[in-house]
Amino acid sequence: MSRIQTTFEQLKAQGRKALIPYVTAGFPFADITPALMHGMVEAGADVIELGVPFSDPMADGPVIQKAGEKALGLGIGMVQVLDHVREFRKRNTTTPVVLMGYANPVERYDQKHGTGAFVRDASAAGVDGVLIVDYPPEECEAFAASLREHGMDLIFLLAPTSTDERMAQVARVASGYVYYVSLKGVTGSGALDTAAVEQMLPRIRKHVDIPVGVGFGIRDAATAQAIGKVADAVVIGSRIIQLIEDQEHAKVVPLTVDFLRGVRKALDA
Amino acid sequence: MSSYQQPDASGHFGPYGGSFVSETLTHAILELREAYARYQHDPAFLAEFHYELKHFVGRPSPVYHAARTSREMGGAQIYLKREDLNHTGAHKINNVIGQAMLAKRMGKPRVIAETGAGQHGVATATICARYGLECVVYMGSEDVKRQSPNVYRMKLLGASVVPVESGSKTLKDALNEAMRDWVANVDNTFYIIGTVAGPHPYPMMVRDFQSVIGKECLEQMPPMLAEQKVLGQQPDVVIACVGGGSNAMGIFHPYIPYEKTRLIGVEAAGEGLETGKHSASLQKGSAGVLHGNRTFILQDDNGQITETHSISAGLDYPGVGPEHAWLQEVGRAEYVGITDKEALEAFHYLCRTEGIIPALESSHAVAYAMKLAKTMHPDQSILVNLSGRGDKDIGTVADLSGEDFYDRPSMRGLSVKGAAGDTKP
Ligand SMILES: Cc1ncc(COP(=O)(O)O)c(C=O)c1O
Repeated sequence: MSRIQTTFEQLKAQGRKALIPYVTAGFPFADITPALMHGMVEAGADVIELGVPFSDPMADGPVIQKAGEKALGLGIGMVQVLDHVREFRKRNTTTPVVLMGYANPVERYDQKHGTGAFVRDASAAGVDGVLIVDYPPEECEAFAASLREHGMDLIFLLAPTSTDERMAQVARVASGYVYYVSLKGVTGSGALDTAAVEQMLPRIRKHVDIPVGVGFGIRDAATAQAIGKVADAVVIGSRIIQLIEDQEHAKVVPLTVDFLRGVRKALDA
Repeated sequence: MSSYQQPDASGHFGPYGGSFVSETLTHAILELREAYARYQHDPAFLAEFHYELKHFVGRPSPVYHAARTSREMGGAQIYLKREDLNHTGAHKINNVIGQAMLAKRMGKPRVIAETGAGQHGVATATICARYGLECVVYMGSEDVKRQSPNVYRMKLLGASVVPVESGSKTLKDALNEAMRDWVANVDNTFYIIGTVAGPHPYPMMVRDFQSVIGKECLEQMPPMLAEQKVLGQQPDVVIACVGGGSNAMGIFHPYIPYEKTRLIGVEAAGEGLETGKHSASLQKGSAGVLHGNRTFILQDDNGQITETHSISAGLDYPGVGPEHAWLQEVGRAEYVGITDKEALEAFHYLCRTEGIIPALESSHAVAYAMKLAKTMHPDQSILVNLSGRGDKDIGTVADLSGEDFYDRPSMRGLSVKGAAGDTKP
């Protein structure tokens, strides 16, 4: 059983919802990511989504785009991201780590290090799942097969515009969990409509029998709580990035921990 | 190549093309594919398209024998396909009419577009004015400065121009921003892409709309060649500049089955192919995924898109349409480079010799044609796609040439990309 599956089954047994924070690797400081990941776990994170910076993040809003630009400026590429995961795994062997990013850096890694190198190295580093924003199911069959071989999960997005047919198609290849993008827009866009999310989830569950997380636009404990009532997981990204973007080194981890503790508390209430 | 049938049903040209978009856009892409499949061969749609091309754009555009240039080169006869004579000044209008007609039929009242040189933005703003559609154009802030006359034209036509400050502040960033807008507004918005790139069906659809260029040439060339007593029914070589590659696909595509005709795409070699300061994706790039399709792109070892360079904003793009990657791979088309300096020289040459002010983009194609002609014989022929006129570029050229001119960018406190100083002809 994959670490992601184990985590969700344990949570289900406890009647709890997963808290999934997102942070761009190497942001806001090149060396802070492993410590930040440990801090997130301490604060109650169940899965960590680690963003792989990309120069042209078409589906991200300005907050995550700026974080990516900063990380790129600090020299963070796929090699460094895998180093972060390896470092994290030295002291944590249970919390699942999902890499989130775009197709090109992944494909380039294979061009430079040999076919299949990305999946092999990510798996060896301790990565549990991968979410490639611009890999729709029909364009990544070989990649999906290779991930499966290594026991890794391929996580897909669903959107308010996804048709039932599309949900069924995604359900056929998705594993780990499905990530429902709660609004039409890029990451970090305006307020999320919890009523609309509530209506959508039963439709998704008709096709998808793995856990469903909801993200894009969750900014505070109250929204997280509302979403937690209907979804299996809440994903929080832009809000954390904003919280730490202008902080000095020593404050990054404590601020994130504080914030996530509040969300965790609301989620468990 | 007589049985050339590309792309396949899912939009792939061999390993290139496809549809690499986030889930939020999938629905919009599928909707567009359906709409295009429905109207692609619809006689009423095509009749309206050709009516617009004739009466609004001024087609067919002539083919012109550049007799003085040919004589001075002392080699092949050079012919120019005059897309610069189209309404709005470039080939971009052909495609925009087709897509705007789809937008109308799909009931999308709002149109967005990205633009580099501003020609695609002007064409889109024009057609939106004509069809009563709301128009928002994304443009890299660097290009907004370089191409201020076109920015003002768009505003006159009622469009809003949004300067994009992210990344390299050029065309690729404008494309990213337009995609983001589309994600947020898919319900009421049609995205008119300006070149043969992006997710399927864009590369195919834009090519189809632009193919009117090559189809006209197939009819225009035989009598013209006969008149000059040149050998063959069709030109020996067809040359076009390649940014994203739409004017090139437009003239190449109908010629693909004519295997005796060489197809040559000219990329911007900027300060030189070996300097790293260029936009030559096909010659210096490698396969990757950008802007919704797999194609050749300029990237570093980490898969990050690298900065490009060209004096010509319309060629300053780190990717290229996927069909060009395919044509290069199967050897049906060749791709070469022309530097900023060579393009600028050709620009001046054409002004003085033929009385035609070409776009800096098109000047790249002209420059290569002049080079190649010298290696050929007077009974051979080269057809150059003169993709647009150079009015938008005169400020840039004045600056690069050190000429006095009231609206040159340096007078507005801006610097111009390109090797200033040493380019005075
Ligand atoms: C006159 C002209 N030619 C060529 C281009 C490059 O586009 P494409 O390569 O798609 O033809 C542009 C783009 O702005 C242009 O304005």
